[in-house]
Amino acid sequence: MKTSTLPPIPKPPSRIKSYLTFALIVLLLWSSGVKTGADFLKLADGLPNIGRLLGEMVPPDWSYFSKITDAMWETIRMAVAGTTFGAALAIPIALLSARNVARSPFLYYPARFILNLVRTVPDLLLAAVFVAIFGIGPWAGIFALTLFSFGLIAKLTYESVEAIDPGPLEAMTAVGANKLQWIHFGVVPQVTGPFVSYFLYTFEVNVRAAAVLGLVGAGGIGLFYERTLGLLKYDKTSSIILFTLAVVLIIDFITVKVREKWL
Amino acid sequence: MNRTRSRTWLALAVVAAVYVWAFYGLPAASFKETAGEVTGNIVSGLFHPDWDFVYLPDGEDLLRGLLDTLAIAALGTFVSAVIGVPLAFLAASNQFKRKWYSWPGKAALSFLRTFPEIVMALLFIVAVGPGAFAGVLALGLHSVGMLSKLYSESIENMETGAMEALTATGANRIQTIRFAVIPQILPEFLSYTLYRFEINVRSAAILGAIGAGGIGTPLIFALSTRNWDRVGIILLGIIVTVTIIDAISGYLRKKLV
Amino acid sequence: MIKFNNVSKTYANGTRGLNRVNLTIAPGEFVVIVGLSGAGKSTLLRSINRLHEITEGEILVDGKSITAASGEKLRRIRRDIGMIFQNFNLVKRSSVLRNVLSGRVGYHSTMRTLLGLFPKEDVELAHQALRRVNLGEKAYVRADQLSGGQQQRVSIARALAQEAKIILADEPVASLDPLTTRQVMDDLRRINRESGITMVVNLHDVELAREYATRIIGMRVGSVVFDGPAETATDEAFAGIYGSAAESETRDTPMNARIHA
Repeated sequence: MKTSTLPPIPKPPSRIKSYLTFALIVLLLWSSGVKTGADFLKLADGLPNIGRLLGEMVPPDWSYFSKITDAMWETIRMAVAGTTFGAALAIPIALLSARNVARSPFLYYPARFILNLVRTVPDLLLAAVFVAIFGIGPWAGIFALTLFSFGLIAKLTYESVEAIDPGPLEAMTAVGANKLQWIHFGVVPQVTGPFVSYFLYTFEVNVRAAAVLGLVGAGGIGLFYERTLGLLKYDKTSSIILFTLAVVLIIDFITVKVREKWL
Repeated sequence: MNRTRSRTWLALAVVAAVYVWAFYGLPAASFKETAGEVTGNIVSGLFHPDWDFVYLPDGEDLLRGLLDTLAIAALGTFVSAVIGVPLAFLAASNQFKRKWYSWPGKAALSFLRTFPEIVMALLFIVAVGPGAFAGVLALGLHSVGMLSKLYSESIENMETGAMEALTATGANRIQTIRFAVIPQILPEFLSYTLYRFEINVRSAAILGAIGAGGIGTPLIFALSTRNWDRVGIILLGIIVTVTIIDAISGYLRKKLV
Repeated sequence: MIKFNNVSKTYANGTRGLNRVNLTIAPGEFVVIVGLSGAGKSTLLRSINRLHEITEGEILVDGKSITAASGEKLRRIRRDIGMIFQNFNLVKRSSVLRNVLSGRVGYHSTMRTLLGLFPKEDVELAHQALRRVNLGEKAYVRADQLSGGQQQRVSIARALAQEAKIILADEPVASLDPLTTRQVMDDLRRINRESGITMVVNLHDVELAREYATRIIGMRVGSVVFDGPAETATDEAFAGIYGSAAESETRDTPMNARIHA
């Protein structure tokens, strides 16, 4: 009986928007392909080259390890120094960027602007600029890592500061603390844990970054990539890669353990 | 109380030892006498950029370099998404009857993540010659490590009810993925892909340092020829481009999830 | 239609999920399975379409052994069995129509379904199925925009679009309020009567079971302890199914059960 009065089947919604988005993405990728001269036939032609390259990389030249240990230590030292300097600089700017500490938009907007600005320039380019300024060597790399760590740690930290429990802050205000006391007793205890965690995370990232800074002359083991590739000593290149992988994995393991145990 | 205190002292001693080791081993910071002058030049270059370099009718200019960089990042991201999606299913533990079947996939991804993209680019230059295409391949392969890990985590955290329902209708494995998995995770996948694109724009900017295309090449050239006004305009160009891309991508990601 | 021959299930840790179950369910029956949670209702139901594996015995669906089938054969048998879940198991971000169409997937080749294209008849069938559960106008709404009761009716429509001969429902109303519970149960009964689709439903609510079932099966610790027409399921019978902890020792000699062969 009621089948005669069934409502009509609704019309499907228009899909023009989806089709347009799809077309736009295809267009973007296609023009990117043209622009970069992407040619997967060239890749297919190059595959034997890659095969030969990988073949020459095995077995790695184990004796080369002793030649690059000093450079590897330098890489880690650079990461330690860069992370530490960056973290020190990050503390004041993180407090200035946090809405609940700085209070005034005239403070936190400029502070965040500086942070965003710093984070736009990739570390290797910073290193190239610092090499031009200070000359070749690890200190150019350390300054690049400092600036990079500063941006990363400050951003993560100010987000944590903004998420803290306002209760202790109000308590500090209530007892009439001045601003520094207020930060010391209200903010610091709440963000120490996350801050140390971000410090260690940034250190992990910096070890990886420091390993390639040598390519622009900013110290560390990266220098040896060009040296060995230029001389077509691919078995030595693979020693560098393996050594770096091993060190990175060990450091990741240690920092993860430290974070699990103490934070 | 006493034990925690001795542990704190031990921790402090270890940290102190690390710092002594780190700073004692570094060469004393000795800078070129010209350091101050060069810094001044670069800063003044930032404020008096070489505007002519923005567009040159015949060849290497800022706009082309930036477009090249964006193209490398876009295509590299696309390549890594295409490789990353199937790998993500191989690395997701809830896609197998036994958990450890996903371990080889997870290990491969963690290897790719640790292998620096710039070293991959060096290897691809040997294979396909210098230029942007080597950069695309390096970014594509390196990004798989992170992208596919994020994908596989969202597969692992997905509600499996719809998969069960599709299996019950008699759908095969591929059909189940197509109808129950993909629609659920697509927005998250797209969001991660955009996020990785933001990172890849930065990565593509450095690839030029080793001859793999993009804006890095003219920057290194300008630095080595001490053309500070040009360094200034290139740095400005990178800052503006990255800021715009981050803003657009951030807006799209907010809309997606 | 569905035949259990001496079916048992033992878990890896030694727990007995099903214990020598023998059952025959005829076409067009509305069977409700009742019992405490953990009594094996869900295992029994899910072994019919082999979402759960059994360890002993055999289950025949329409004369074909689903326990022996694999690959394409298994999927063919599953195609004839619709399933409704406690949590609806819809793809929440997809449209209602798309969810209903997913019931058709088993009828098509992998290539065709990968592209997401369905023949006109399938789309028509899906719309008809939605109308039968009174959700015709919601076809293009995202599934997560619907209320729980509506979502459950979408999953009924999915089973209808699948053109299933049997519908298994695993606690279909456990997440719903009393009012929507009625709507969903009424839909199931109507479909059972109009199309003769065999229903096998797990419920924990005794009153609902009495009201809707043509036949009630009582489960306790993996065994069938009651099996009879709904009218014969007296209060004493239910007491035997649900029993207290002390009585559970006597589970091997069910007092009020009449065992069908």
